Amino acid sequence: MKNKKFGGRHPERVRASERPKDLSSGDLEGIARRVLDLSEADETEVEISAATDALTRFANNTIHQNVAERTLSISVRAVVDGRTARATTNKTGEESLRRVVASAAALARNEPENPNLLPMLRAQKYKKVARFFAATAATTPEARARAVKRVCSMADKNKQTAAGIFSSGSMRSVLANSKGLFARYEQTRAEFSVTILEENSSGWAKANSPDVRQIHPDALAESASRKAAESRQPRELAPGRYTVILEPPAVLDLLGFLFYDFAGTAMLDKRSCLSGRMGKKIFGENITIWDDAYHPLQWGAPFDGEGVPRQKVLLVERGVPKNLVYSRATAKKMKAKPTGHGFSLPNEYGEAPMNLVIAGGDQSVDEMIRATERGILVTRLWYIREVDPYEKILTGMTRDGTFLVEGGRVAGGIRNFRFNQSIIEMLANADMLGPSVRAAGEESFEMVVPAMRVRGFHFSEVTKF
Amino acid sequence: MQQLANWAMETVKRRGASYSDVRVMDIRLRDISVKNGEVGVLAESESLGIGIRVIASGAWGFAGTDRLTREGVQACAAEAVAIAKASALAKRENVALAPEQAYVDTWQNPFLKDPFRIPIERQIDLLLAADKEMRRVKGVTLAEGSMSFRRIEQLFASSAGSSIHQIKMQSGAGIVATSFAGSEIQKRSYPNSFGGQHMLAGYELVESLDLAGNAQRIAEECVALHSAAQCPEGQRTIILGSSQLGLQIHESIGHPIELDRVLGMEANFAGMSFLTTEKLRKLKYGSDIVNVVADARLAHGPGLGTFAYDDEGVPAQCTPIITNGLFTGYLSNRETAAAIGENRSNGTMRTESWNRLPIIRMTNISLNPGSWNYDDLIADTDDAILMETNRSWSIDDKRYHFQFSTEIGWEIKGGKKARMLKNPSYSGITTEFWNSCDAICSRDHWTLWGTPNCGKGQPMQTMGTGHGAAPARFRDVKIGAAFAK
Repeated sequence: MKNKKFGGRHPERVRASERPKDLSSGDLEGIARRVLDLSEADETEVEISAATDALTRFANNTIHQNVAERTLSISVRAVVDGRTARATTNKTGEESLRRVVASAAALARNEPENPNLLPMLRAQKYKKVARFFAATAATTPEARARAVKRVCSMADKNKQTAAGIFSSGSMRSVLANSKGLFARYEQTRAEFSVTILEENSSGWAKANSPDVRQIHPDALAESASRKAAESRQPRELAPGRYTVILEPPAVLDLLGFLFYDFAGTAMLDKRSCLSGRMGKKIFGENITIWDDAYHPLQWGAPFDGEGVPRQKVLLVERGVPKNLVYSRATAKKMKAKPTGHGFSLPNEYGEAPMNLVIAGGDQSVDEMIRATERGILVTRLWYIREVDPYEKILTGMTRDGTFLVEGGRVAGGIRNFRFNQSIIEMLANADMLGPSVRAAGEESFEMVVPAMRVRGFHFSEVTKF
Repeated sequence: MQQLANWAMETVKRRGASYSDVRVMDIRLRDISVKNGEVGVLAESESLGIGIRVIASGAWGFAGTDRLTREGVQACAAEAVAIAKASALAKRENVALAPEQAYVDTWQNPFLKDPFRIPIERQIDLLLAADKEMRRVKGVTLAEGSMSFRRIEQLFASSAGSSIHQIKMQSGAGIVATSFAGSEIQKRSYPNSFGGQHMLAGYELVESLDLAGNAQRIAEECVALHSAAQCPEGQRTIILGSSQLGLQIHESIGHPIELDRVLGMEANFAGMSFLTTEKLRKLKYGSDIVNVVADARLAHGPGLGTFAYDDEGVPAQCTPIITNGLFTGYLSNRETAAAIGENRSNGTMRTESWNRLPIIRMTNISLNPGSWNYDDLIADTDDAILMETNRSWSIDDKRYHFQFSTEIGWEIKGGKKARMLKNPSYSGITTEFWNSCDAICSRDHWTLWGTPNCGKGQPMQTMGTGHGAAPARFRDVKIGAAFAK
């Protein structure tokens, strides 16, 4: 039956016994122990990650790229006389391991002493997270191709053109040091993203999850198809300030630009837009934000780049920025406690919240549309860049499904706008929030985020399509 | 390297591939940064692996691995074929490639000083000296500097008989002063923003930049921006400095001429292009003085887009992109060239690393020099704004509507450089903008800039590209929209 569906062809499979064997957590731990044994530095840390990733890419209703990769990274940080540096290799032979250990120490010896360097952490306890799904790791090129084939057939049937990706992969990592710390993490990842094009319109949808069974390519493609159809023959509106309804990916892509400002290091460096604004009500009463690596819709390791357990941190409470996140060194400088958000050392940016959860409301996008006399519905934003780092003015474009809302209903597609908008002002003017969902965009990392209706959003120019 | 390639190609042939090419790449990196008098990043890395691309059952497959035993390479090769056959489940037509000869060759870019042989402490000292000069200026709240070096050794081999060995050495460095005061953050960079200048060169490039000698100047400009007047809104004549013009070329010429975008292959992520195929040799892209080439040859200069052969085994070429204002060429590969009826790829397939599929990338996309002396251009300009050093950039997904802002601006009044302006920005439509160009400075003012961080593709790949430009003047451009209330 399956073969008949695909024209009777039998794709040649790589037999399970022929497939390259993934490195197990035990393999990685063995390499880590060997690295630590080889090092003569005062302190040594080793990060090892092994990943298998595959991505099927389609456009013009056909698969045009289809790739897979297996990668390994063995990264060693040495501390010598109060100095630290990092060397990385992807070679596992004894000679390569000796060389990478020696390189890290040699680099460290040749830099000035670092007065802020802290001793490495001892063993830590971590909360368990379950983010490795066998079904995702076992996804085959044929399974991805079959899903893509269905989406392309749907587009053909609708006289539309589909483009997108279907990816799947897995990674295992170990972080260990000579003080006895040993942290392990494994995760799978699946993602489907689709753009459906018509002659003068397009629609887009995207989802990702550690569990491939949570990814529904047909439903995503149908949503994108509907948007493309509903935005045909877009009309041009004059630039200006509009009420906007931002779907979750659009909110995500904007807010991603705000959160490096919640790093203690950014505050010390005086490049945070929160300088002079902590504890002040700068956003609306309805804006509350956490960083929470343990949220069921989040992913990522329960420890940071030095092995500090990640903590749930309340960043904004009812419109007031309350807390920052800290690496160990930044915490010491700022007389705070580490929150488990530090990057691997040595680095210059310190830390950042990477598991954002924005509190939602109870109004759906449909309810927002019904409650809007005149406004713009935005599916997705594109090429967002920071124009003013303190007022947090961002510029970018709408893309793949921008609609006029009139009299409480969607009144058709419009040509894409350029915006120049402060996101501090935006979060002060958000008057309706949807339920928080896991969303994926292109400009920022994944978040748990609601749709938002925002008053007075500034569209400064309009493009030609 | 050749043995690894042979294992791969023997396996894919046995499994039914009709074409294959293989890249074995050995990549070495060194990254150093300093911040406020301390070392930030100090890291080296090496990565060796193989990427195997095949056509089987008329469709593409690719697999990459760093397990370089015979078994590891053969398993990777078998996976590439299996993936190609899975691709065939959803193919419309068999892949067709424009013809190309086989080559056996060796090439290395020239350089004077191997940056990996320069002592680390000397490199750190150079950055710390510039950092110190910036922090001596009152009002500077953050001083940063960075260097990065790349050595890429690669073997390309194909089932058509090519065996091409290339070594590329790349160096780059830059500094940044930042000042926070009141409710404003201002920044000045040298010699360019977002990492400085990068070229296919050795450590001699870093030494030639004189970072410490320029540190005080940019620090003083950074602090002075707080008290400068705001760039006005309206329609004005603008003069762009060469590094800003380099990025303008990158975004509004380099990307839209990528033929994979034009043909819809990037529609889901990077987007498409307004340069649909019927516009080739018909569209008036720019004014008559605008001449742009895509030139990967060493004769063009040691840019980040310079090589002897691309990652599909096609020799480096110079392609006229805009000729006296007329749109005359795309960036192509063997597949897209065949798709639009061209008889040969113009050699722009490039890959970030062994584990990534080569895709169409910019090489050196450069605006040819004009005839103006810079001082004469300023003297010839009655009322304009000079904008220098990029601060932000954004362009729509068809590369038509753009907005750029720069770190600093200067009024030009009555042929003279007058007061400093802060927060300059300009925006427009690509073809309208290039058609408004009425003066380009001469080769004496021309620089081949390196953009080390161009992102494209899924999975994302970062690539270095080159952009030669000299300061140029544009009439009746919209300015100030980024900060309009």
